[in-house]
Formats: sequence, structure tokens, C-alpha cells
Amino acid sequence: MREPATDTLTTSANRGTDPMQDFIQALGQHAFLQTALLAGLLASLGCGVIGTFVVVKRIAFMAGGIAHSVLGGMGAALYFGFDPLLGALAAAVLSALLIGLVRLAWNAQEDTLIGALWAIGMAIGILFIAKTPGYTTDLMSFLFGNILLVPRRELWFMAGLDLVLLVTVMLFYRQLLAVTFDEEFARLRGVPVAFFYLLLLCLVAVTVVLLIQVVGLILVIALLTLPAAIAGHYVHSLGGMMLIATLLGGVFTSAGLALSYGPDLPAGPTMILLAGSVYVVSAVLSRVLARRRARRRPLLTATGV
Amino acid sequence: MTPDGALPSETSIKDPVISIRDLGFSYGESPVLEGVDLDVLDGEFVGLVGPNAGGKSTLLKLILGLLEPQQGRIRVLGQSPRQAVRRVGYVPQFPTFPRDFPISVEQVVLTGRLGFGPMLGWYRATDRAAAHQALAEVEAMDLAHRRIGTLSGGQLQRVLLARALVAEPAILILDEPTANIDARMEGDIFDLLARLNVRLTILVVSHDIAFISGYVDRVACLNRTLVCHTTERVDGDLIHQLYGDNVRQVAHAGAGHGHAHHLGQQGH
Repeated sequence: MREPATDTLTTSANRGTDPMQDFIQALGQHAFLQTALLAGLLASLGCGVIGTFVVVKRIAFMAGGIAHSVLGGMGAALYFGFDPLLGALAAAVLSALLIGLVRLAWNAQEDTLIGALWAIGMAIGILFIAKTPGYTTDLMSFLFGNILLVPRRELWFMAGLDLVLLVTVMLFYRQLLAVTFDEEFARLRGVPVAFFYLLLLCLVAVTVVLLIQVVGLILVIALLTLPAAIAGHYVHSLGGMMLIATLLGGVFTSAGLALSYGPDLPAGPTMILLAGSVYVVSAVLSRVLARRRARRRPLLTATGV
Repeated sequence: MTPDGALPSETSIKDPVISIRDLGFSYGESPVLEGVDLDVLDGEFVGLVGPNAGGKSTLLKLILGLLEPQQGRIRVLGQSPRQAVRRVGYVPQFPTFPRDFPISVEQVVLTGRLGFGPMLGWYRATDRAAAHQALAEVEAMDLAHRRIGTLSGGQLQRVLLARALVAEPAILILDEPTANIDARMEGDIFDLLARLNVRLTILVVSHDIAFISGYVDRVACLNRTLVCHTTERVDGDLIHQLYGDNVRQVAHAGAGHGHAHHLGQQGH
């Protein structure tokens, strides 16, 4: 996949210097690396802002279902000769609406439906891709992403999706917060809960498409949840979580890209493993800190002063 | 503690702010509410008591428009419950949100301002001022920047009350507001409600008729159907009977003494 094989050779030839320095040097030389870095940063905006909603609303499984069903749309788009990203966007929004409507109508069957949609979407996608001449090798990059192959024009598409996400969240922040926090109370305040719930799922769908570029649809769920979950260990406001999760997302995608460059590892899984390790360390650390804090002021919360 | 001068039972010309006629509701086979008639007048402080599973919470959900009546009719402030719900403040028995949600007390109270002002954008300065005023009114101003999950039961109850008050409601509905807090704070909460009753109509669900009879104008006893009493008549005997968990007996006692007087079209 990597076009400039010779450059990789030269960088590994003068080993011994800092691999990070090698990456920075390569970054100056290769436009595809710059594009990849930018794609990672653009994706982290979505993963921070919408990932926070996914974590606090506990809809990670739903997001996973949306992400996997996207393959159906990508496969169909390939087969009929459209841009696979448009197919992905259509499939993501469609399955978000389907899952959301079923949850609103019959509360109980939601997880079964998500599981079904998850598998059906992938099956449709694989069938279409199998029947599309000459495209079968692309399956891997749909599933696991390849940030190094992001074309420069797609950065504009990603920036456009980011803009849609940010503007929507800014305009409807109060309602989205209320529906995420306490649906019953939001309904009593006259907020159209069903509409904003579906809107939130559509925003998740858009974010999934944004992240597929970077890590592929199987690993999307990690970037959607891990940065926000880590942020949630330390900050206790939605806005703070969004900010920190966005920064963490930027760090994970950039550092993942840099770490994978030297030893020629696939970038997506490197980013995810980096995020995953930080998450595990942070979960343990935050628990230890919380316990220490609780020991220091044992009576305060108990008496309810 | 009830401000006796403000007892509205003498001036019963006032319009009912909640009017319920022949209300029926069932979950599946078994009826939860049958033939319920109830008027709550402007400015009243009404206590709703009754055994568990007697239909109290269901009645509240119907008044709030969260459920649709299968029989009969409810008018709230002259409108359907769904239309009127923005002018009704509601304090649930259990918080209907996850306690570990990353949100401050101030932000929680601000959600009560939804439905005011434009649909788009952030809270305005007037919303923040209203939130601070509501927090001050429930004496919880010092909690404004605390995370919601760190509050004690009594503190949380005050904050939920502030969230209801910040919407400037005409009616305040509370479901067991003191179920999860200790007796001392129970008195504090009801003293607060008595103060609020000067400007608000209040309907409060409670399991503790002995306690609330010191505060409310009138007690409505609900066990599938409804029977009402004024506070003056809720004497020791009656309380004892209720505690003997035979709510039917209250029905007979009430009808026998013939003092369901300002209940108008009371069914029994």
C-alpha cells in the first residue's frame, strides 16, 4: 500500500536517531503523510464532540451497529459506481434512524435489532464487494481503514462533516444535553425528545463516516468511546469532556501515525492500541486517585452537610 | 406551619387548576384507576396519599401528560395536560437520570429553563439569573458548582425542586419528595413548600398522612378510586384508620360525616 518504499528504506537505514524525528522529517517531504495527519486531526474533532455524547448516553453498542451496517452502503455504492463515502453516509444515517425509531416505539427489542442490523449490513456489503469487479482488495481498507490512502480532496469532505457536527451541536446544545441527561424531564419541558434523540443518532452516524476514513469501520467504536471515556475520568462537565476528548483524539491519531511509520505498521490499529493502553492506565489511575480522595475526607459525603 | 390566613377553602369561588372527571386507566388487564374525580383549586396545597400501587404515580403521570387517559378527562389550567405541562413544575420521586452524569447542579437547574426563549443557542443571562434565584429560594446556592452525583438525598431533592421552580410554574407537583431523606430534612422541605404555596398551587404525593396533614389544606386518598378530606377533619382517629391501611374505611368515614364539602362533584 505504501508507495514510497524507498523512503522507508532510507529512514530505517539511519536508525539510532529518534524515530519521532524521522517521522517529522518524512512529514516535511511527503504530502500523503501531511494529508494523513490532517485527516486524523479532523476525525478527532468528531470523536471528541460526539464521542462524549456516546459515552454519557451509553449508546456505544448502538454506535457499533451503525458503524458496521455502513459496509452495506459502501458495497452498494462501489457496485453501482458511486463514491463509497456517500454510500457510507447514506447507510449510516438510515441505520441510525431505524435503530432510533425502533427504540422509541418498542423499548425492549432494541439490542436484538442492533445486532441484526450490524450483521445484515456487513453481509450486504460483502456480497456487493464480491460482485464488483476489481475492487475486492479494498475490503480491508474499509474494515480497518488506511489513513495513508486518504486523498487530499477527501479532507474537504471531512471538514464539511465536522462543520455540520459542530454547528448542529452548538445550535441545539441545550436540547441535546437535556435529552441525553434526563429524557423524561426534557419531555415535560416541551422538548421534542424523539426528534432530538434521532438527531443525536444521526450525528453519531456522521461521526462514524468521519472516523471510517482513519481507522476503518471495525475500529471506529474505539475512537468514538476511548478518548471521551478517558476525559470522563478527570473532568465533570460535558463541555470539558468534549474539549479533552478532542485533544486526546488528536494525540492518539497523530502519535499512532508517527509510531506506525518507522516499523511500517498499519496506522489504524496502532492508534487504537495506543488509545486502549492509555484508557486502561487511566482507568486504574483515576480509581486510585478517587480512593485516596475518599480516604482524605471520609465524613463529608456521608453526613450530607 | 401552614399559613392559616391563606387557606383557600373559604374562598371556594376560585377556578380549579386541575380538573379530573371520571378518569380511568389500566396497565393491561388490571385497572389502576377507576372513576376518579378530583378538583384542585387555585392556591391549594393538596396531599395525595394511599397505599403502594394505589395509583398515585399513575395519576401524576396522567396529569403531566406522560400517559393518556383511557377513560374520562383531565384539564390542567384549562388545557389538555400536554399543552399545560410547561406551566407545571414536577419533582419526581427518583431522579430519572444517571447519578454519575458529568453535570453541575447549576446546569441541571438550567435544564428547567428549556422552553423559554429561542429554540437555538445557549442559555441567556436571564436564564442564569432565574437559576440562581431558584437555587437561592431552596437554600442551595452553595451547591451550584457541585457535580450532581456528589449530593446527599436531601440536597438532591432541593436541587430537583429548584429545577422545577426555575420554569416559573403555576402548579407544583411532587412525588414523595421526602421518601429518601431523614425526618429532620423532611420538615425543612415541607416548610419550604408551605412558603411556596403563597404563590403556587401544590399537589404532593406522600405515604405519610400524619406528617403532611400539618401542612396541607386537604388530603386526597387514592386507592384505585378517590376519596377526599379537608385537614380540619383529619384527626387522630382517622389517621389511625389510615395507618391501619384500610383506605376504604376512610371513604365511609368521610361520606358519613358529610364533609367532603368543597370537592364538588366527588364521586362518593
